[in-house]
Amino acid sequence: MARTLYDKLWDAHVVSQFDDGGALIYIDRQLLHEVSSPQAFAALRENGHALRRVDAHLAVADHAVPTLGRATDIADPQARAQVALLAANCAEFGIRNITLDDQRQGIVHVIGPEQGFTLPGITLVCGDSHTATHGAFGALAFGIGTSEIACVLATQTLRQTRAKTLRITLDGTPGAGITSKDMILSIIGSIGAAGAAGYAIEFAGPAVRAMSMEARMTLSNMTIEAGARIGLIAPDDTTFAYLKGRPLAPAGAAWDAAKTWWRRLPSDEDAVFDREITVDTAEIAPQVSWGTSPDQVMPVTGTIPQPASESEAKAIAYMGLEPGSALAGLPIDHVFIGSCTNGRIEDLRAAAGLIGGGSVAAGVRALVVPGSGLVKRQAEAEGLHKIFLRAGFEWRDAGCSLCVAMNDDRLPAGARCASTSNRNFEGRQGIGARTHLMSPVMAAAAALTGRITDVRGLL
Amino acid sequence: MTPFRSVRSVAVPMPDANIDTDIILPARFLLQTEKVGLGRHAFYERRFDPAGKAIGGFPFNDPRFAGAAILVAGDNFGCGSSREQAVWALIDLGLACVIAPGFGEIFAANCARNGVLAVTLPKAEVASLLADAEAGRVLAVDLDSQIVTDGRGRELAFAFPPHSRAALLNGWDEPTMILATQGDAIAAFEARSRADQPWLWSKTNG
Repeated sequence: MARTLYDKLWDAHVVSQFDDGGALIYIDRQLLHEVSSPQAFAALRENGHALRRVDAHLAVADHAVPTLGRATDIADPQARAQVALLAANCAEFGIRNITLDDQRQGIVHVIGPEQGFTLPGITLVCGDSHTATHGAFGALAFGIGTSEIACVLATQTLRQTRAKTLRITLDGTPGAGITSKDMILSIIGSIGAAGAAGYAIEFAGPAVRAMSMEARMTLSNMTIEAGARIGLIAPDDTTFAYLKGRPLAPAGAAWDAAKTWWRRLPSDEDAVFDREITVDTAEIAPQVSWGTSPDQVMPVTGTIPQPASESEAKAIAYMGLEPGSALAGLPIDHVFIGSCTNGRIEDLRAAAGLIGGGSVAAGVRALVVPGSGLVKRQAEAEGLHKIFLRAGFEWRDAGCSLCVAMNDDRLPAGARCASTSNRNFEGRQGIGARTHLMSPVMAAAAALTGRITDVRGLL
Repeated sequence: MTPFRSVRSVAVPMPDANIDTDIILPARFLLQTEKVGLGRHAFYERRFDPAGKAIGGFPFNDPRFAGAAILVAGDNFGCGSSREQAVWALIDLGLACVIAPGFGEIFAANCARNGVLAVTLPKAEVASLLADAEAGRVLAVDLDSQIVTDGRGRELAFAFPPHSRAALLNGWDEPTMILATQGDAIAAFEARSRADQPWLWSKTNG
């Protein structure tokens, strides 16, 4: 019987099938970070469980780490203790931990692929909802909670229920200045923040095939914002070219054997999905979120809607907006370029390309936070940091930074930020701060003009 | 895990859709590395003003709902971040059951692993339960029979996955159960994986 990519990944990882439809699924790899793992290690000790596979885990601190002053100890005592606890837990169990002084340090979802830890055909979990990112490689990847982290540490398995399948086919050729961020924001806007709950999404179609791995990761990254934990893309030559030669990817004969295995993963031509959506990417304009949920998003040419519900009215009030007013032209105070959604080299190239010799508008504070130390090094090798610094951006060290505001990077109440991150939730970038999600080129355009700006006018 | 069988109490109403886990437990409180004591930070921005004073009208500050073990919520409750701290914070507030038209998937899984019952009911039934909660009427939730009894004595049946139901009723610890019953199956799977995909077993200690 014809099977989807999801079916193949699922079937290949069933350890035991249960009568109630659930199954015990084998987990090939787990990424660990400092925020969701401490209580999992504690549970392992409390229950007297041994770590099952030391080689299946890779740890890095990213959420709470400062993006300035790396030469000295972390100033915040709680953050310092949390990062130290990750190191101590990893040392106790023998798990690899990429430390802050290591150039490879960065956001889990950037370093997994970068190191070749993420591979097609595997199951990969992490105590972080944006683990969907790794689905871009054709890996069955999903975010889990701390109890599930403990379960994977002890058993290398999780009990799961099979999801329904949703294929989102991206047709057409996107216009100039349109990125995969605009596509995923547009999809979330049309299906809603819970629109794909219960489904594993597969992104397919010519527009996806034409995308780089970086662009695909942006697409998969935000599937959780549509309610789905899983956002898959079939592996192809683009995937293999990205992975070949990565430190933890197979090499030599193992690489060839792996590639043969991976070529069988794409959905069979006559596979049937539970639900199908087709999007014409030629119709998509640059997207900007206006509210406090990622589905409250519209083309930059749009106007703030009349609230259709109490939730929308609250969102509009929180965001300090006027129904009926234009989104474009709204003054911003901050710009954030970074995160596991848009902190990769291609994102920085795109933003720097738009900035050129331009400058950050007066009164705007703008930050670039590379997704990893290696992204930072690559950007510096290409001279991108000079473009950012000359324009008036701050050039930081790698971490989650203003995407989650757990470190010192926090915005004041009322501040309005053009942000390449993934969540515009209340308080996400600081208490009372207002987040507008958009692509790196749109954020760069906002930095130059000091306002939400249609990047297509600056190309 | 603390077992869940049934609960009977007044309920806290929170009708807004898309209450994300950042609202339930803001990220700055995630620096704490223990499970306990998170309740004081729960819903912080909605519960307390910048000076730390309780905001009147917020349901968790409302004496009518004191002692509530049930939260009746809007659709997609617990969406967003996977932080299990959100569930630990709700437990610390005294909650054992959340009823909503839908949940963030990771949040619902986290509830099941912590003895918290997340009940999904149709929107219309949740709307009626929200009205009961607002009026201070007592609700009852029984997992054994899979019935919510509303404030007027009407019984609402809910679906629940059989394994999660058994785990909650018995307070099973999932990894302990898996190790006790699936050890051979896992070892057999690993042997197959080594043979089929040796690259997953050779070069991961770089």
